[in-house]
Amino acid sequence: MTATLPPETQHPEPTAPTGWTAVCRYADLQPERGVAALVGDQQVAVFRLFDGALHAVGHRDPVSGAHVIARGIVGTRGEAPTVASPMYKQVFDLRTGVCLDAPDDPALRLPVHPVRLRDDWVEIGAAEVQAGG
Amino acid sequence: MSTPAPSTAGPRQLVVVGGGMVAHRLVEALVDRGGVADGGWQVTVLAEEPRAPYDRVALTSYFSGRDPQDLALGDPALWDTPGVQLRRGEQVTEVDRRARLVRTAGGREHRYDALVLATGSAPFVPPVEGKDLPGCFVYRTIDDVAALRQYVTEVDTRRQEDGSPRPVTGAVVGGGLLGLEAAGALTALGVQTHVVEFAPRLMPLQVDEGGGEALQRLVGALGVQVHAGTATAKLTAGRDGRVARMHAAEGSAAGLTHLDVDVVVFAAGVRPRDELARACELPVGPRGGVAVDPTCRTEDPAVWAIGEVAAVEGRTYGLVAPGYTMAEIVADQLLGGAAEFPGADLSTKLKLLGVDVASFGDAFGTSPGALSVVYGDPVAGVYKKLVLSDDARTLLGGILVGDAGAYAGLRPLVGRELGGDPAAWLLPEGAEGGPASAELPDDAAVCSCNNVSAGAIRDAVRCDGCTDLGAVKACTKAGTSCGSCLPLVKKLVTTELAAAGVTVSSALCEHFDVSRAQLFDVVRVTGITSFSELVDRHGRGRGCDICKPVVASILASLDSGHVLDGERATLQDTNDHVMANIQKDGTYSVVPRIPGGEVTPEGLIAIGEVARDFGLYTKITGGQRIDLFGARMELLPAIWERLVAAGFESGHAYGKSLRTVKSCVGSTWCRYGVQDSVALAIALELRYRGLRSPHKIKLGVSGCARECAEARGKDVGVIATDNGWNLYVGGNGGFTPRHAKLLAEDLGTETLVRTIDRFLVYYVRTADRLQRTAPWLEEIEGGLDHVRAVVLDDSLGIAADLDAAMADHVEGYTDEWRATLEDPEKLRRFASFVNAPDSPDPSLSYVVERGQPRPSTAAERTADEAARPGAVLVAGPRLEVFSR
Repeated sequence: MTATLPPETQHPEPTAPTGWTAVCRYADLQPERGVAALVGDQQVAVFRLFDGALHAVGHRDPVSGAHVIARGIVGTRGEAPTVASPMYKQVFDLRTGVCLDAPDDPALRLPVHPVRLRDDWVEIGAAEVQAGG
Repeated sequence: MSTPAPSTAGPRQLVVVGGGMVAHRLVEALVDRGGVADGGWQVTVLAEEPRAPYDRVALTSYFSGRDPQDLALGDPALWDTPGVQLRRGEQVTEVDRRARLVRTAGGREHRYDALVLATGSAPFVPPVEGKDLPGCFVYRTIDDVAALRQYVTEVDTRRQEDGSPRPVTGAVVGGGLLGLEAAGALTALGVQTHVVEFAPRLMPLQVDEGGGEALQRLVGALGVQVHAGTATAKLTAGRDGRVARMHAAEGSAAGLTHLDVDVVVFAAGVRPRDELARACELPVGPRGGVAVDPTCRTEDPAVWAIGEVAAVEGRTYGLVAPGYTMAEIVADQLLGGAAEFPGADLSTKLKLLGVDVASFGDAFGTSPGALSVVYGDPVAGVYKKLVLSDDARTLLGGILVGDAGAYAGLRPLVGRELGGDPAAWLLPEGAEGGPASAELPDDAAVCSCNNVSAGAIRDAVRCDGCTDLGAVKACTKAGTSCGSCLPLVKKLVTTELAAAGVTVSSALCEHFDVSRAQLFDVVRVTGITSFSELVDRHGRGRGCDICKPVVASILASLDSGHVLDGERATLQDTNDHVMANIQKDGTYSVVPRIPGGEVTPEGLIAIGEVARDFGLYTKITGGQRIDLFGARMELLPAIWERLVAAGFESGHAYGKSLRTVKSCVGSTWCRYGVQDSVALAIALELRYRGLRSPHKIKLGVSGCARECAEARGKDVGVIATDNGWNLYVGGNGGFTPRHAKLLAEDLGTETLVRTIDRFLVYYVRTADRLQRTAPWLEEIEGGLDHVRAVVLDDSLGIAADLDAAMADHVEGYTDEWRATLEDPEKLRRFASFVNAPDSPDPSLSYVVERGQPRPSTAAERTADEAARPGAVLVAGPRLEVFSR
């Protein structure tokens, strides 16, 4: 999902019939700083990384129960792009939602949402059913 | 032989006669191995001296001004261990083996199941006429040394009163190890010192003729006159009845007939104190000492002997290391083990009168076919000899005089192939630590005092996680007695750490291999202004929640740009990012600055109105301000706008930066106050507000010594005096409370502020991440004295730089709240949802308690929502609709 900025397009329908929700323009996202978005009744944390890649995970911090994940510090651990919960600092892999401090604990796994770029718009899908979670 | 069965029920009684270093080691070993109290033994140590065991080997240091307390051995808490009793000043006069008890001079009886004699030795005083005259001393205990010192001081005072030009003159009888120690002690007291040795050279037991000559030259150069090959015939008194002249025996070297002296110290060797054993008919060795087998047990299975009093298979040992070994052996046996004395390493390394002397292994080359390699430099005063096997490959022993730097590396190699050219060890450039220490075999003994092998030291690093010399010392005891092996231990630890890749211990995180202080210097020197450039050039990856805030703090310290400018916004923890403190439900608390805790009624009303209108829970903080809780992120700008309009600004409660300057009301109101503490506190708070630092900084100012502002619990504490201000640094509350320490006294206000400026900037530049001032002061080399020299005397020549840095900070300060309100781009960050910027987080809910909102608990949400829907609120009771 490497970014190549698409040309300006029309604002799409807020909720497309395909199940995708456009939440903001790509340029609204600051690299390495998340935003929260409402997707239906779900709170989703959306991240644009340094290399332009987009990721979307659940906004709820499974440790504290507060909806704060988008406000965490973005970084890397080894090859994994990560976000650290601002509450108790657990680090999550943005690609899989796995808590890297407790990779075997399914309760600490963030739901992962599909995210895509259509025209200039960032679109979020419903959370994927997690395999092996 | 098994350990004797208890004579009665209950814990077995172990009585140790003697309270010296070896007794100490025995008890330490028993306690370490869990062998006392519930572990089986009730230990009673009967010490003749009126003090706990001390480091007798370091006795001479008592003369160079050390406190007797400095001679303490190990952890003094040992003697408070349940099941251990130390009875000082209790001399044992009789052992009754049939009744299994000992009797003391005070008539007390102590029953024993096991008895350990550790009575040590007594100085040997040759039976010469006049040996008991006033002015004659021995050299064994703290009391001996104290008496000698007092006598010399008296003689010296009398001399000066009489106007006598002759300095106090002393003679030491004996030129061995102990004699040279005593000569060192006398010299330290300013005594003109002679050493009289019967043998033809000094230290005849440790060094050969060449070594003795080198030693004599070195010692002579220090003003000590050595008379080798000289016997003492008698001592005679002067008119005052005190010793005045030492007469040499006929035929003494250099024709010496007599020496006029004021004080005589006998240091001609020691004799084991085996009188208790003799009296209770235990066998003694051929040259004295309690006869024991290799398990240190006497003929009586209930009685052991250890240390200098023990004659193991007929031989006594006058060094502490073999005594320690015996103590460990007996401890092992008392706990059911079967350890035996393996023979002793008689290696010695000493600094006598400042001269290095070391002797190890077969120092005299008595092994058949032994070869010697000798290096002598009479000009430099160095003599070194290695004794090698007949094929010149295996090291057998050696003597080092004048420079014993190679000792630590060489001694563990005794009995092993030296490898390479032996001369490499002897030449000055080869002497430092030794070429091959890193390749020492695991079983080589590195610390002979505590019998620690190279392998044990490596294990401490590899398996026990020790990452520095201190930890290894604590873990293995290596280097904790004489310390001569420390250079080698350090080298082993460093090598092992490097091999384990642990040298990155100062690394910030996986992205930067350097510490915060080093990174600070990198940024300062390179002038890098962005995280991306820094991590590209000096790190790896894209950072994390550890290094990013550190870099943000460093960048903030080096220029005064807004913390949310450009990429910097991405480096901040959420607190710094939204300039408020995150709470458990994801909302924030807001703390306006109230400098010095002084606030007008209008200000209080304004804060109260904001809290009421936004439904915020309010609480007074410990730092004399007001905290407003429950502010949703999207409402923060609206809250600030109201506060800024009322004259408030950010209190930086969220930052690693100055928090508050707490003050008492001071001399303007208080009848005891001597200075205006509130005015100073306000001035300091306004000066340092917004200063980014490795951790939060708190200050306090008290208007008098009553200290109502608790300034000594702050990083910087100021306490008024009649003449100005006393400045304390390094205090904190919290998890590990510390009292601040005095940095300077009676400063004028201008000097005080300049000193605090420098202290803070120096701390900001050199402290580690999340290191408050107290641990920083502990860890910085030179500690508080160093910091005092830097900030008061400009010892590093950086004061102007520090002053300029603070001036820049003061100049560049802006209120971060106001700056954010004025920048629409920054305000966008406070949207709750990117696609619904003003919608509250739907998961938030509150209940009212004591008239204020608080987050509802999980139970309240699930159980009570249906039953009492009115009790759960989203946002406060009077939420103001605020349009931007």
